[in-house]
Amino acid sequence: MNPVLEAQHIDKYFTKPVEFHVLKDINFKIQPGEFVSIMGKSGSGKSTLLYILSTMDTDYSGSLFLNGECLTGQSHHRLSAVRNAHIGFVFQFHYLLGEFSVLDNVMLPALKLGRKPVEAIREDALAKLRMLHIEPLAHKRASRISGGEKQRVAIARALINDPVILMGDEPTGNLDSYNSENVFQIFRELKETRGLSLLIVTHDEDFARRTDRTLYMEDGRMLNGG
Amino acid sequence: MKRFTLILSIARTHLLTKMKSTVTAALGVTFGIGAYITLVSFMTGLNQMLDNLILNQTPHIHLYNEVEPSARQPAARLEPYASDLLQIHSVKPKKGQLKIHNALPILKSLKNDARVLGASPQLRAQIFYLSGSQDLGGVLVGVDVLEEDRLSNLGDYFIEGTPEALHRSDNGIVLGAGLAEKFSLSPGDRIQVSTPDGGLFPLQIVGLYQSGLADIDNSQSFAKLQTVQQVLGQPANYITDINIKLHQLDLAVPMARELQTRFGVRARDIQEANAQFETGTSIRNLITYAVSITLLIVAGFGIYNILNMLIYEKMNDIAILKATGFSGRDVHQIFMSQALIIGFAGGAAGLLIGFVLSRIIDNLPFETEALPTITTFPVNQNPWFYLIGITFALVSTFVAGYLPAARARRIDPVRIIRGN
Repeated sequence: MNPVLEAQHIDKYFTKPVEFHVLKDINFKIQPGEFVSIMGKSGSGKSTLLYILSTMDTDYSGSLFLNGECLTGQSHHRLSAVRNAHIGFVFQFHYLLGEFSVLDNVMLPALKLGRKPVEAIREDALAKLRMLHIEPLAHKRASRISGGEKQRVAIARALINDPVILMGDEPTGNLDSYNSENVFQIFRELKETRGLSLLIVTHDEDFARRTDRTLYMEDGRMLNGG
Repeated sequence: MKRFTLILSIARTHLLTKMKSTVTAALGVTFGIGAYITLVSFMTGLNQMLDNLILNQTPHIHLYNEVEPSARQPAARLEPYASDLLQIHSVKPKKGQLKIHNALPILKSLKNDARVLGASPQLRAQIFYLSGSQDLGGVLVGVDVLEEDRLSNLGDYFIEGTPEALHRSDNGIVLGAGLAEKFSLSPGDRIQVSTPDGGLFPLQIVGLYQSGLADIDNSQSFAKLQTVQQVLGQPANYITDINIKLHQLDLAVPMARELQTRFGVRARDIQEANAQFETGTSIRNLITYAVSITLLIVAGFGIYNILNMLIYEKMNDIAILKATGFSGRDVHQIFMSQALIIGFAGGAAGLLIGFVLSRIIDNLPFETEALPTITTFPVNQNPWFYLIGITFALVSTFVAGYLPAARARRIDPVRIIRGN
């Protein structure tokens, strides 16, 4: 089977404040339907790696493939389109558009993609919210709901365009244990029912242990190669 | 199209939820454009009034016979002394006639000239006004009343009576307001005028004239050309002055020179007559433009500031939009459309405010001796100002929004997301 995501010889340097080799020759693959977590101490480079994989950070050397397509060296415009259509992203701090309603937040990436009519997108968005048990919140302002709810809205938004991979940067890092567990169960279910690939950076040992595979990072190197 | 609807709806949500900033930014534009419309209407209105003050009373070209000594004295024509240096003391002008020779053919040829808006004949007669035991020297100007009214708005200076009434009356006179006051006469009364030759002629007052210049109002009156010719006992071709209005003021100087040689009369153009006119007008226009541009630039800076602030507040939103697949161009357009919406809404409100204010000014009382017909402040309601106003509102918001929007386009989402 072709890997969903593949990283080859990824190197990255920070030049500010001093030159620093933050990622050293990272190689790994993620298979379809695989639930992978990345662990490591603060400063080990795991988040930096995640942002490179998400195509938002383009300042690196090496190659990145998504579904077999090489993303390295593509224009920002093209990368935006790839992110929009194929990658779902969940951040540590929810990051919703506070002035828009929950439903709007979920719908926006699909409206941007423009593959379906607005009505169909609205139905999709409501279905995603229903799946995550937050449909009643649909018409609330995104800034007026609790942290756990926000994270679920963020997950619904990440899923709206049916991405091939969902990435998370400590998505449970800011949640209490009840909500953390909730989010983990949602990820688990997504993998099992939809065959979604997941790549989650986490600090939570317990969370990582229950994923299919855990990649450990230290000082910019991957300890157990993919 | 779909993409644009989406971008507009995001821009609209941003604007509506930040109503306070939006309104503040729009008000900046509104006041700038409103003040621009008000000032430019008022100032150009004043300028036009001042220009008209001069233009109405001064013909573009004035033809008359100058009293002056002959340029070439008879002694210079004597052949025997051709090589000598001639010195003639106490040269005096020759007695000539005041009337313009061949005035009627000249008038006819002028009226057929495409450059000429109109030419009106005048007969200026030195006379005495007699009323009761008083007599005062003065000037009686005989005019083609209706033509004069068309070309130099003579009727505007009639504080009583109308040009038509004067035109219909064979022995009517429109008396200078100062004279009427001195003699304590009013329309309907009679006044006698006497010529230097001693002729006496009764005239009926059909109106009063006030130019605003006391010297003129105390001595000058108007009557029909034929009436004055009768008073002087002169035939219908006796005309001392011809006033010419042109379609284009710029032609006055070359055309005056041409007429002077063609007709052999003195032709004085408006710039010679009112040298300060041109300077005054151009400086007033310069001030108007300087004030307008300053106002519009100040408004532009206001927009720039607010948009910059708006984008600063929206850093997170920009990062999220980019992370979820909106491109730099989308983000750029979201903020540009916000700028343009602010510019359009603020500009439209500004036009309305400018219109209302200029209407109010237009109705404020303004009494001036110089222009009896003007009772309120002059305002020039020119549709062009409104077009310029809204165009500038859009252009300045575009320019002011461009830099902040370009900054938003370049924002690195990773830095914002990881920074928090």
